[in-house]
Amino acid sequence: MHSLAFDVSHTLAGGLVLISFMMLYQDRLYSLLNVFALHAVVLALSVAWQAFVQGAPHLYITAAIALVFKAIVIPVALHRIIKQLGIHRDIESAVGIGPTMLAGMALVALSMVLMLRVTAEADPLAREDLAFALSVVLLGLLVMVTRRNAVSQVVGFMSLENGLVLAATGARGMPLVVEISVAFSILIAFIVIGIFLFRIRERFDSVDVSALDDYRGEHR
Amino acid sequence: MVVISDIVVQGVQMLLVLLLAPLLTGFVRKIKARLVLRQGASVLQPYRDLLRLLRKEVVLADNASWLFRVTPYVTFAAIWVAAALVPTFATGLLFNWTADLIAIVALLGSARFFLALAGMDVGTSFGGIGSSREVMIAALAEPAMLLIFFCLALVAGSTQLSTVANFMASSYVGLRVSLGMAVIALIMVALAENARIPIDNPTTHLELTMVHEAMVLEYSGRHLAMIEFGAFLKLLLYISLIACVFLPWKIAVFGTGPLSYAVGAGAYIVKLAAAGFFLALFETATAKMRVFRVPQFLGAALMLGLLGTLLLFVSRSF
Repeated sequence: MHSLAFDVSHTLAGGLVLISFMMLYQDRLYSLLNVFALHAVVLALSVAWQAFVQGAPHLYITAAIALVFKAIVIPVALHRIIKQLGIHRDIESAVGIGPTMLAGMALVALSMVLMLRVTAEADPLAREDLAFALSVVLLGLLVMVTRRNAVSQVVGFMSLENGLVLAATGARGMPLVVEISVAFSILIAFIVIGIFLFRIRERFDSVDVSALDDYRGEHR
Repeated sequence: MVVISDIVVQGVQMLLVLLLAPLLTGFVRKIKARLVLRQGASVLQPYRDLLRLLRKEVVLADNASWLFRVTPYVTFAAIWVAAALVPTFATGLLFNWTADLIAIVALLGSARFFLALAGMDVGTSFGGIGSSREVMIAALAEPAMLLIFFCLALVAGSTQLSTVANFMASSYVGLRVSLGMAVIALIMVALAENARIPIDNPTTHLELTMVHEAMVLEYSGRHLAMIEFGAFLKLLLYISLIACVFLPWKIAVFGTGPLSYAVGAGAYIVKLAAAGFFLALFETATAKMRVFRVPQFLGAALMLGLLGTLLLFVSRSF
């Protein structure tokens, strides 16, 4: 099998993994948000390409949702939250950049090995999409684990959800209702997290989540 | 008859790299000067520099060992052989069975090994600091380069450069994210290995920043000429490596007659000029980074190579 359809979707999905790595690499909050917006744009392109290839027009709606909410609304809202909270723009990471990158590599390798074993008979397009989606999800989790700032943890969570959307579009026959409900649940989660951010900030004068550990009496 | 023409074409290739290398460096310098609105030296200035150095007397330190005197020739020979192995205007030349990517890395590595030893040989502090920095950069750049080559070899199914170039020129390649990562990583490695601007400034003589210059500071006369010529050749080598692997348009296939060789040579010179122009543009637009940030820069190249290799496993050809 050698076709342009596969090559383009491979490139877009691989680009998504690469942008996840760029997210791991950032050490400023604003640039992290910009990279996240780029992530969402590439996701929207990838989903739109899948819609074109699979001939599934409802996927265009998913692409539009990704573009509007994740590439525009959420980054702008996070920008405003950062400005209102007046927090430090540097990200304090719990682990250094080098080990984080190595861990990210290991996670990508893990997801490749796992997906290639599990989906040996599947359609190659779905197969590579699933492998990339799993690595985007794991990299999003890694962002959440290695960052101590609550805002960057939110970004990690959102990028994790981008991976879920990628997986959902790779698997054919995903009903539109499921995608829309996932998109809205993410939006609601974002609102809840936003409220929590302000709460944490009110109580602790910071959005460093290690302050929560102190409050619980866990001293490290 | 065939053997003779093979030898002639391979000889032309070896002479071509030798003749073009100083011209390329002169061209890059000229463009850089023009970009900052200066007149700049003539494009032929590197040839004149080499001739001047060759005529000059060699000044040797009293405690310089044989290693110090042998190193310029060893370095030059290793780099010349490596540059002659890379297909420039045609693939499938006489030496193509030795033109292995890993052999090229090994040749460049041994050249650098000798230079680093010679830098420490006379025992001045400049040579020592230059060698230690150069080795630090090399220790990061070489794994990245090997990973890029593994990625290429997995795509093309061979580590032989002629086969890789032929494969890349064919229509089987398609659009691949791994190759995109590989070319970016290879450009980053090439900048580091050639002591170009974000890593090292070849024109500086400030002890805080110089890497390569500090290492060869003790050399003079014909020894210095050999080392400079080696540096010119190395730049040409990396550019032709990138050109033959990633932009193999119009490169002549073995045994297609003199006309396609001429077309290949013309295309090669155009590619060199374009690469030199973009190198000069990039160098004018960026600032040199601190030595401590070099590991991050090369770590990114290493990461791109590794990621490209990993992503290959989900493309269908494997």
